Amino acid sequence: MRNETKREPLFHITKRSVLPWYKAWGIRGGAIVLALIVCALITTLMTHQNPFEVFATIFKASFSTQRRTWVLFQNIAMLLSVSLAVVPAFRMRFWNLGAEGQMLVGGLATAACMICLRDVFPNWLVIVCMVISSIVAGAVWGVIPALFKAKWNTNETLFTLMMNYVAIQLVSYFIIVWEVPKGAGKIGIINQSSQIGWLPSIGGQKYLLNIIIVALLTVVMYIYLNYSKHGYEISVVGESERTAKYVGIEVNKVIIRTMILSGALCGLTGLLLVGGTDHTLTTSITGGRGFTAVMVAWLAKFNPIWMIATSFLLVFLERGAGDISTNFGLNQSFSDILSGIILFFIIGSEFFINYRVSFRHASKQEGKAHV
Amino acid sequence: MDKAIAVEMRHITKRFGSVAANNDVSLTIRRHEILALLGENGSGKTTLMNMLSGIYFPDEGEILVNGKPVVIASPRDAFNLGIGMIHQHFKLVDVLTAAENIILGLEGRKDLKAATARIAEICNTYGFEVDPTQKIYDMSVSQKQMVEIVKVLYRGADILILDEPTAVLTPQETEKLFAVLRNMREDGKAIVIITHKMHEVEALSDRVAVLRQGAYIGEMMTKDTNAQEMTNMMVGHAVALNIVRPEPKDPSPRLEIKNLSVRSDDGILKLDDVSFTVNSGEIFGIAGIAGSGQKELLEAISGLQPIEKGDIIFHNPKKDKPVTFFHKSMKRVRELAKEGMFHDKQGKPVSFDGMSMGEIRKRVESGDVLFREDEIMDLRNKTPLEIRSLGIHLSFVPEDRLGMGLVGNMDMTDNMMLRSYRKGPQGFLDRKRPRDLAEQIIRELEVVTPGTSTPVRKLSGGNVQKVLVGREIAYTPKVLMAAYPVRGLDINSSYTIYNLLNKQKENGVAVIYVGEDLDVLLELADRILVLCGGKVSGIVPGRGADKRKIGMMMTHMGGQTDAE
Repeated sequence: MRNETKREPLFHITKRSVLPWYKAWGIRGGAIVLALIVCALITTLMTHQNPFEVFATIFKASFSTQRRTWVLFQNIAMLLSVSLAVVPAFRMRFWNLGAEGQMLVGGLATAACMICLRDVFPNWLVIVCMVISSIVAGAVWGVIPALFKAKWNTNETLFTLMMNYVAIQLVSYFIIVWEVPKGAGKIGIINQSSQIGWLPSIGGQKYLLNIIIVALLTVVMYIYLNYSKHGYEISVVGESERTAKYVGIEVNKVIIRTMILSGALCGLTGLLLVGGTDHTLTTSITGGRGFTAVMVAWLAKFNPIWMIATSFLLVFLERGAGDISTNFGLNQSFSDILSGIILFFIIGSEFFINYRVSFRHASKQEGKAHV
Repeated sequence: MDKAIAVEMRHITKRFGSVAANNDVSLTIRRHEILALLGENGSGKTTLMNMLSGIYFPDEGEILVNGKPVVIASPRDAFNLGIGMIHQHFKLVDVLTAAENIILGLEGRKDLKAATARIAEICNTYGFEVDPTQKIYDMSVSQKQMVEIVKVLYRGADILILDEPTAVLTPQETEKLFAVLRNMREDGKAIVIITHKMHEVEALSDRVAVLRQGAYIGEMMTKDTNAQEMTNMMVGHAVALNIVRPEPKDPSPRLEIKNLSVRSDDGILKLDDVSFTVNSGEIFGIAGIAGSGQKELLEAISGLQPIEKGDIIFHNPKKDKPVTFFHKSMKRVRELAKEGMFHDKQGKPVSFDGMSMGEIRKRVESGDVLFREDEIMDLRNKTPLEIRSLGIHLSFVPEDRLGMGLVGNMDMTDNMMLRSYRKGPQGFLDRKRPRDLAEQIIRELEVVTPGTSTPVRKLSGGNVQKVLVGREIAYTPKVLMAAYPVRGLDINSSYTIYNLLNKQKENGVAVIYVGEDLDVLLELADRILVLCGGKVSGIVPGRGADKRKIGMMMTHMGGQTDAE
């Protein structure tokens, strides 16, 4: 038996009890400031630019012109919309990583209506068909993994992920079917002259409709999750399936119902992208938002109202980082580095919210302070 | 007092936030001695021992092992000092064998054969019954515990800490454990057991140390003290240690189980031809080794476990009571009328033939439609929801409080709502009534909590159980099933629960109590059913039952005759 005397360890990590909200947000705010300082240092080291100029660039990327601000809000709206779609599933601890695919099939259904029905139905009826078909398509894409989960307990994370690739291939196929002009390998703007199936723009602002729809959706989702019986069932199933069964909640029914909702909202986002703003269909139209949404939802602790803030933060930083690399003559990878640093600090700050690190000497003093 | 000192803890203080879990505690652990560390829940016993085993680090104070000051910063440090702790929750890998679990995580080459031989040697020395090649999932709780103890011995521990080791054992298994511990004491090991069962302290320990609210109260030699004195020290004031047992008032059959057989998902027969009847107004105790089918029995009754064979018959006490729509749908009322289940106040049969829905509703609401006799309902293979919609009030306090009975991350209001959320306005939740109920439970059961919006997992074990039992009782049950309702609870909370169950019994509820502490079952239950390997080995009256005899019945069939 060894019996050596050791020194007291340098620091201890202890789990915190609940931190008051202002302290928690103080830590998060501090993390963002630290992240910006590190970004500035790295940028200065590599480009020899004034760090304040770098920050100004980040800010200007979103707010220097009215157009840029509109684009910022459009991007926030789209990201938030997907995040709202995945959040009910996440609250149920059903890891829906298939938002990309569900959005794509929603967009595909929208494009199909715009292309195939333009000569058959009047404009309003085409739009009605677009809305219905995109929602149904997304819901179907979402409910398939849920059915398998309910029936055979398959792993939803892998399943939803795989469904993304199926959706991408499906969209690639139809792009070739509908390509304009033949051999171009892309669809181009659909119904550019007739504008059939284009969602109406409010007050001449092409993005306003999307923003309003998503704002409404946020409020509705918040109420649904926190004040409806469905939302309560989702939470119970997510926290403990055994408790859910014990009180007579039909777990499979809740899983299927919630994934229909989740998929349907992803499909709707696809509609807003294809019918509302882009008026075309590509395999990259989703812009990876289905995955970014995971982060938006987690950072906001699955709270739809906080998700407004987290999606703003992510979009704002992403746009800023993009502009830094172009303005200072750096390539796209540099903006990825900057976004990476910022995210590292934001996610890392959660550790300090949940745990307290006390150093050898500090811990003793703190101990006394409590007496 | 000439026994060698193994560990000395001096002026230890440990705080969590602003709460001092241990405040200036000094404790001496000696070789050749079994020390019982006594204290109610939250008195800091486990925290103190966790500092010895390297899980927590003290804020103040020092620890001496074999007379030398040491720093125990991690479980590895503790292990190097020969300190081993056996936790309440076993940390074993189910799919591995005992020997594989024992050498798991050790450094160096793993020689399973040599390890097996050493394990066998340890088992022989102290009298463990462990088969090194047996898989953990095939083991009983008692065997798993033995593996845990062998594991720390294998790693060279000579200071052993056991955290409530008997909580899951039968009297016979407890005796075996005690025999092993006594052998280890003879071998010069220092042993600490954390417990709050008085009779075990008296039977096993040499010395007792008492903690209360994080502070060290005192210690004495076991032979110089008694249960009453120790309890008073633990609680801080005098407590009455007897449980009241009123005679059942006009019992009538409430729940009849006939030839019930249940198979688990993997095809193992968990209940085999079980039959019994529970009466209203009695506490029906169920005794048995952990895993003898208690869980399956309660889950089968509450509709959570598919039944292979048999019937579960519920007698709804409705004779001469008016029919209401509160629990019965219109459809069900019409069905029952067709079966001739109703009569009016004059005793004439009620028929709804040729009446419209409105007329039937009016007739029923006038209160002139009465049940002819108690309603007999078969609960066989009904889901919990179907049982509820039949208007049957079946309450169930499951063993796994935070994993099944409650949602740990939700607050009290939302946990109250688990049973009642379906009521109220269409689609939306009504949180007002659950919140009122939560406040009522806090008041009446003296739940210690910052408020109704604190997540229940933050409450102490006793308070969690009060919340759960409170909710299940608020549901005005006809049958109340409770699985290990006082497991891990301190004396005061345990008595609160016994009183609540007794009150339900006096209200005519059929109470089914699955217990592990035979002493409590013998004092509380009117009748005791003994399960052994999924079979009924007998039903004995609680008054005047012999503990030893029940212990025999728990371990082998037909124990009654063997015991004679």
